[in-house]
Amino acid sequence: MLELAVGIFNGFSIGSVLLLAALGLAIVFGLMGVINLAHGELMMLGAYATFVVQNIFQGFGDGALNLYIFVALPVAFIVSAIAGLILERGVIRFLYGRPLETLLATWGISLILRQFVRSVNGVLVLGIVLFCLLFFGGLWFLSKRTDWERIRTAAISALLPLSLAISAVAGVLVSKTGVEVLTKPWFSARNVDVTPPAWLRGGFSVGIYQLPYSRIFIIVLTVLCLLGIYWFLNRSIWGLRIRAVTQNREMSACLGIPTDTVDALTFAIGSGLAGIAGCAITLLGSVGPNTGQNYIVDVFMVVVVGGVGNLFGTVIAALAIGIVTYLIGSGTLALMFSNSDALQPLTDFFTFFAATSMAKVMVFALIIAFLQVKPSGIFPQKGRTAEL
Amino acid sequence: MSNGLGRRKFLLYGSAAFGTSLLLKSCSTPPETGTDTGNGDGATGGENGDTIKVGILHSLSGTMAISETTVVEAEKLAIKEINEAGGVLGKQIEAVVEDGASDWPTFAEKAAKLIVRDQVAVVFGCWTSASRKAVKDVFESKDHMLWYPVQYEGQECSKNIFYTGAAPNQQIEPAVQWLLDNKGTDFFLVGSDYVFPRTANTVIKEQLKAEGGNTVGEDYLPLGSTEVTPIITKIQQALPDGGIIFNTLNGDSNVAFFKQMQGAGLTPDKYPVMSVSIAEEEVRQIGKEFLIGHYASWNYFQTVETPENEKWVQAFKAEYGEDRVTNDPMEAAYIMVYLWKQAVEQAGTTDLEAVRQAAIGQEFQAPEGLVTVNPNHHLSKTVRIGQVRDDGLFDIVWSTDEPVAPQAWNQYVPATKGYACDWSDPSKGERFKVEDV
Repeated sequence: MLELAVGIFNGFSIGSVLLLAALGLAIVFGLMGVINLAHGELMMLGAYATFVVQNIFQGFGDGALNLYIFVALPVAFIVSAIAGLILERGVIRFLYGRPLETLLATWGISLILRQFVRSVNGVLVLGIVLFCLLFFGGLWFLSKRTDWERIRTAAISALLPLSLAISAVAGVLVSKTGVEVLTKPWFSARNVDVTPPAWLRGGFSVGIYQLPYSRIFIIVLTVLCLLGIYWFLNRSIWGLRIRAVTQNREMSACLGIPTDTVDALTFAIGSGLAGIAGCAITLLGSVGPNTGQNYIVDVFMVVVVGGVGNLFGTVIAALAIGIVTYLIGSGTLALMFSNSDALQPLTDFFTFFAATSMAKVMVFALIIAFLQVKPSGIFPQKGRTAEL
Repeated sequence: MSNGLGRRKFLLYGSAAFGTSLLLKSCSTPPETGTDTGNGDGATGGENGDTIKVGILHSLSGTMAISETTVVEAEKLAIKEINEAGGVLGKQIEAVVEDGASDWPTFAEKAAKLIVRDQVAVVFGCWTSASRKAVKDVFESKDHMLWYPVQYEGQECSKNIFYTGAAPNQQIEPAVQWLLDNKGTDFFLVGSDYVFPRTANTVIKEQLKAEGGNTVGEDYLPLGSTEVTPIITKIQQALPDGGIIFNTLNGDSNVAFFKQMQGAGLTPDKYPVMSVSIAEEEVRQIGKEFLIGHYASWNYFQTVETPENEKWVQAFKAEYGEDRVTNDPMEAAYIMVYLWKQAVEQAGTTDLEAVRQAAIGQEFQAPEGLVTVNPNHHLSKTVRIGQVRDDGLFDIVWSTDEPVAPQAWNQYVPATKGYACDWSDPSKGERFKVEDV
């Protein structure tokens, strides 16, 4: 009995990590149809934001350090949401309705983001800020002129190389001075050490088992995020607009819903959720430039199995995948059949798959089989009424 | 009209892309690939005028960059020290650094490039066994020379490779023996799913069978996986009253494993973990809070008390920063440059065959203590076991009295039992049957 309860808890905890990571993607991919391969990197940004918050709190002594996670969560949300917003405004909004291009573009962005955290330093940030100031400041200044429409192309083609050259030269000059504060990479390619607060490191004893507090924390966090998203989409005015745009973009636009703003907002919220997931996974795993890559495949798997555009399906899929992974991987299934001789071949079969890497093979095989039967997931969208 | 606009747009975006790349390039640190000091045409054996060219072949990008860049730093430090002391045969060493990019075919390509185009005298390189296996064929077909600095699974003895990290009998086997003597007989084996952990665990299982221990379970995690709950349940079921966990995980999985072990209440007093790929650098990345009290087996720890080590740690910190730590692979990388230098000086030339002969028998007072190059191209090394202490460094709890001779072919595995390797005798070579074993 105890084994069963612990087993269910463990299955749920695996599922809740998947769900938390997939929630943002369910919104971005499900509601907007954007295949965002940079989702993992948005999680990574959230994890790095947690690292920065932790380091700041280290200066305030042990008492404050215990509470850093509560500051890190909103900070991670905001950082990733802003990154997502820039991503949407800068790249993805030009690619709506072209899934293949989006896929390639976001994959490229994921590479850029990974390399960015590896090599970001004072000089690079200085260069980027200077460029943005010169370029966008210049554009803003020129757009005040009355003949703006006429000189637009000429202005951009003059401003762009000019501000690039200035910021590049400035960057080179600053790096030549060799001030270490500016030229030293902030994070470098190494993994960084995020240590959960002391009160999250222990566990809650049940017999010979111990339920980790960090897992309980993640389950609670997942439930809260889920409730928050549910409330937002179904009870708030912006949620209503998002659902309207998902169902029929042209009609919503005709009725005066600012679809551009809705797109940006949806994407930012999805990205922000990725940031929260990134903060949560620092409790369990490593934080490095490649952190996001460890999750991206599983996350897409969850969303596809759940059925695109359906939050409830995502929840079921995440929990189902979590529990199946656990039951196979931990050998619980093999144990269940070991009592009877008649089921010996079944026992052998499940024992063979009772290793973490083999369990993954089995889960993928099951998913492929499942998608043969229900190609659009647990809850397929029906007709034009793609509802939540 | 629309055509003209398209072209203009193309020019605009093209110049933007080009300019951005320039900006990024100018702001980032200069690329590490390329020669360090000038260019030469390259003569046979890497000698050219006043310099001798050597190749450094590690991953500077990709997953393995985290570990391999530290080894490159150690190698560069050794080269710099040797150059400041007058070089080799009166010539300065010039390092040609190539990036294997954590991609095994790239390693093979770059190895061929170093040998054929740069005509280097020797190559220092590789970390993972997969990358070593990938370049092995290149070095053997071109009859060139590679020095390899990382502990590995053994079962290999190439004429063209010198192995300066530990063979299994210099790391894994003594660790298992020490655990059997001090910690108990029930072992759970955890590893990443690739060649090193699987081979290492085969060796451990054979050894446990021979020495009276039990393998109560084993499990493998895909590289990079961070979900270890099933493994922890299995450990709890297989070892309800505590026992030994032998850990050959690599990379990110280690962080997840130790963080979640602590959460599940598997503490070092009941479940001591012996790791063979966690050194000082990894302790810093995992977080010492999760590791205090666990064990690791290496030939070198930063806390080894020898005058050579003190000097080296100081030199390393002066070069790369006070907050840096040194570890076993870095030390092996550092000393292999010196061992090669000694071999070249004894041979009086960089001719590969002469250096290969001269290398055997070279001794060096390394930071870890005296090391000797054996006829099987591996080093005799002291074996140590360390326990992680509060500051993230290791307390050395056990060490062998003198260097242990390396065995390239494992003596616990039936297929290679009774075999050895000897490159000083042409009739013996890579693998020969030892009499009366």
